[in-house]
Amino acid sequence: MDVLSILIDWLPYLLSGVASTLGLVLAALTLGLLLGLPMALGQVYGSRPVRWVVGVYVWFFRGLPILVLLFLFWFGIFPGLGLGDLSAFVVGAVVLGLRGAAYQSQIFRGAIQSVGEGQMIAARSLGMSRVTAIRSVILPQAMRIALPGWSNEYPNILTDSAVCYAIGVVELLTITARMVTQTHITMPIYLATAGIFIILNYGGLKALHRLEKRIAIPGFGTGAM
Amino acid sequence: MDQSVFIFDILLPALMQGLVVTLQLIACSAPFGLALGIAVAVGRQYGGRVTSWLCKTFVFLIKGTPLLLLLFILYFGLPAIGITFSAFVASVVGFILCNGAYNAEYIRGALISIKDGQMVAARSLGMTRWQAIKNVILPQALRRAIPGLSNEFIYLIKYSSLAYMLTVIELSGAGKLVATKYFTYTESFAVVGVIYLVLVTITTAAVSILERRVAVPGTARAATAAQL
Repeated sequence: MDVLSILIDWLPYLLSGVASTLGLVLAALTLGLLLGLPMALGQVYGSRPVRWVVGVYVWFFRGLPILVLLFLFWFGIFPGLGLGDLSAFVVGAVVLGLRGAAYQSQIFRGAIQSVGEGQMIAARSLGMSRVTAIRSVILPQAMRIALPGWSNEYPNILTDSAVCYAIGVVELLTITARMVTQTHITMPIYLATAGIFIILNYGGLKALHRLEKRIAIPGFGTGAM
Repeated sequence: MDQSVFIFDILLPALMQGLVVTLQLIACSAPFGLALGIAVAVGRQYGGRVTSWLCKTFVFLIKGTPLLLLLFILYFGLPAIGITFSAFVASVVGFILCNGAYNAEYIRGALISIKDGQMVAARSLGMTRWQAIKNVILPQALRRAIPGLSNEFIYLIKYSSLAYMLTVIELSGAGKLVATKYFTYTESFAVVGVIYLVLVTITTAAVSILERRVAVPGTARAATAAQL
């Protein structure tokens, strides 16, 4: 009972951690989307140097552990660029987003390439410009194909957001660690946080799957993905 | 201080010591992670109702929890109920659980992809269910699971860095210590990053060799390249 009442007292604090974690995840997913989609287009339709640059970017961000990326940007690159004033939260979101962009670009690239080439030829023969064809014909199909794979980015970023603890972002895990230090209650608090992460994880996935069904075009099935 | 002196005389020797610990972490985790993955996948697919449910719940819980939180539970949480691990052992246990849960998903997918007729044929030849799984189903399924399993192996290399958060001085930790002592954050973490990239790139190449080595002639499917 004692443990429970302490947990309830700390609940608002814990919930502020949930808000912070969700903020990190949303910012990172958005940044990843804004960067990842142009990168995918560059990799499919771009010139050779563009493809090369995107390839190197993806290789770099997918090859490094998130912890090393966070340390590199938080202690090294951002202060080196004169951006030492940025808060840990911003740096955490940006690093998660930059890395997410590398993963997302590959999801979108696969989806764009899976739209038949005849679509582009048909669109062009109807007089559309290349850009119009990509925007009005290719992408509406590709984005729907990409969504199941894209949905998996959410749990990945959610679980990786906990590593932002290492650079001092006050998110759910940091708050959990503080609660443990101050209350000396360990397992119940850790398990409560694990429960919260699990709920966020599968709750978010469920919402994304609902979105998939929402925007599906009847007859344009991509099979069970 | 001269840059090259710093990198070759101070940074790299420290990082090499860290690299040894990183490789130890991986070597201790990967085989058990694979074994756990096989056990959980087979249990879920062919086990009784209770076993199957337990395996499913295990994967559900581990996949839903951040690895760093799992490591905290193992290292800081378990002592409260009387189980104490060293930081290294806690890290390895965490990696095995996490790696095993994700491996299980790939192996289960591969098990499902083996046609039911194989089991029926094996049973009709007089094999027990267990013999059929061990000698007929798994050898085929594991080959199909190689691309997914190698992905998870590469994740293991990268996530081994989280052991530093439990005070294990592995590659990232060694880099952090040098960076803090000499105030050379960008250089130190850049070199650490290069070492991880080398590890990951070597693994990717090794996997494609392995895939060709263990391929059974005549059973090749459209090659799925191992990705990061």
